[in-house]
Amino acid sequence: METPEQIRDRLLARFPGAEITVVPNPGTDAQHSLLLGAAHARALAEFLRDDATLRLDQCSNVTGIDWPEKEIVETTKVATPDPANPAGPPKVVEQKTKRLQLGCLEVVYHLYSISLRHGPVILRLRTGNRTDQAAVPSLTPVWRSCEFQEREVFDLFGVTFHGHPDLRRILMWDEFADHPMRRDYVEPDDYEWEPTPHGTVLEKAKAHYPAPPPAAVAPAKGATP
Amino acid sequence: MSPMSDPTPAAPPPRPTVTEAERDELRRQGILLTSLQELYTWGNSHSVWPLNFGLACCAIEMIAASMAKFDIARFGSEVFRPSPRQADLLIVSGTVTKKMAPQVIRLWNQMPEPKYCIAMGACAISGGPFKQGYNVLKGIDRFIPVDIYIPGCPPRPEALLHGLVQLQEKIQGFKLTGPAAPRHLRDDLPCNCPVPEFGEHDLEPPANPAIWTAPPAIVRAEKA
Repeated sequence: METPEQIRDRLLARFPGAEITVVPNPGTDAQHSLLLGAAHARALAEFLRDDATLRLDQCSNVTGIDWPEKEIVETTKVATPDPANPAGPPKVVEQKTKRLQLGCLEVVYHLYSISLRHGPVILRLRTGNRTDQAAVPSLTPVWRSCEFQEREVFDLFGVTFHGHPDLRRILMWDEFADHPMRRDYVEPDDYEWEPTPHGTVLEKAKAHYPAPPPAAVAPAKGATP
Repeated sequence: MSPMSDPTPAAPPPRPTVTEAERDELRRQGILLTSLQELYTWGNSHSVWPLNFGLACCAIEMIAASMAKFDIARFGSEVFRPSPRQADLLIVSGTVTKKMAPQVIRLWNQMPEPKYCIAMGACAISGGPFKQGYNVLKGIDRFIPVDIYIPGCPPRPEALLHGLVQLQEKIQGFKLTGPAAPRHLRDDLPCNCPVPEFGEHDLEPPANPAIWTAPPAIVRAEKA
């Protein structure tokens, strides 16, 4: 099968205006993926499905990733001439710059070819942000098997799929307002009673427990006056 | 008139009583001596028909208990009814998700009295391995009064049969009158449970405070 770079080059030759980036996977699997721009995603997906050498006729998996906003601190070394000794070596000052990496939601598709027995080719789509632009084009018109899985991503991550034939919640009830797989989801506080709490559960359960009695000071063993 | 309602129970006449040994001896001679209460609870306890209703993997064990190898028919409960209107026993066999909980409670409300509830398995008792999840009810006893708890993950069919026998013993201990009478023979206890609504974040209410309060937490003294 072609490498992701080869697929990207062929796609760019066919669709000159498309935004396609190869996202490398540094792991041992080295399953690199193709990040597609939302504008051409549907057309690119149809090409991948119908192309004679790829013929990716099955979408086996759709999942979501939540990338919350992240503050990145970058340290750079800046060399400035020493005012006390202009002829000497320049003074090296470390400068820390903070920048805010905007959060987004990502949808990942795993594609296989059953007829040519190869795969996977991994596609990624990203939303503009996590709040008012949390939308990507739906690939259900291209691969029918995406329908329920895109509904699941819609339910648990809150990604709206434009062009989906039946976009409803699939696991949680319709009145539910949250998206439980987002990292900032706060689950309902029903930790009134935990038989053996520990770790984070203990911290949550403590809010419901009465204050512990003060520890009795036990006399030290063998401490006879 | 029972002695309980007599305002002057100063000198109740001593009743002639028959001991267990005398009654067994009479039975051996072909004379059946019984009371209406005994007859009633005997009939009730030996025809407990469960609702044909399964939720998760515990239901597989429940089905196994109804098949020939374990044969729940030996205890009079082989008639799994497909309608709650004809069922006496709700076996909550498996994980109750919050999305499923109103339907389970609705089934319980549709069952006619006398009715009993068995919480089968860790999930139905407390949420089990999904206890810390956001979408699983942490025990069906938050909404339905449970008669018998059967621990296990899942419990074996023998455990279900043991729970059923325990339920039968519980039914046989019921009194027909007085404050010890079961729910369906009293006027002051409600037979139906309110069905929670789907809220924006959780079920509303998340538990029925009339029948469920959190058990006291085990609080250890903080280390000095």
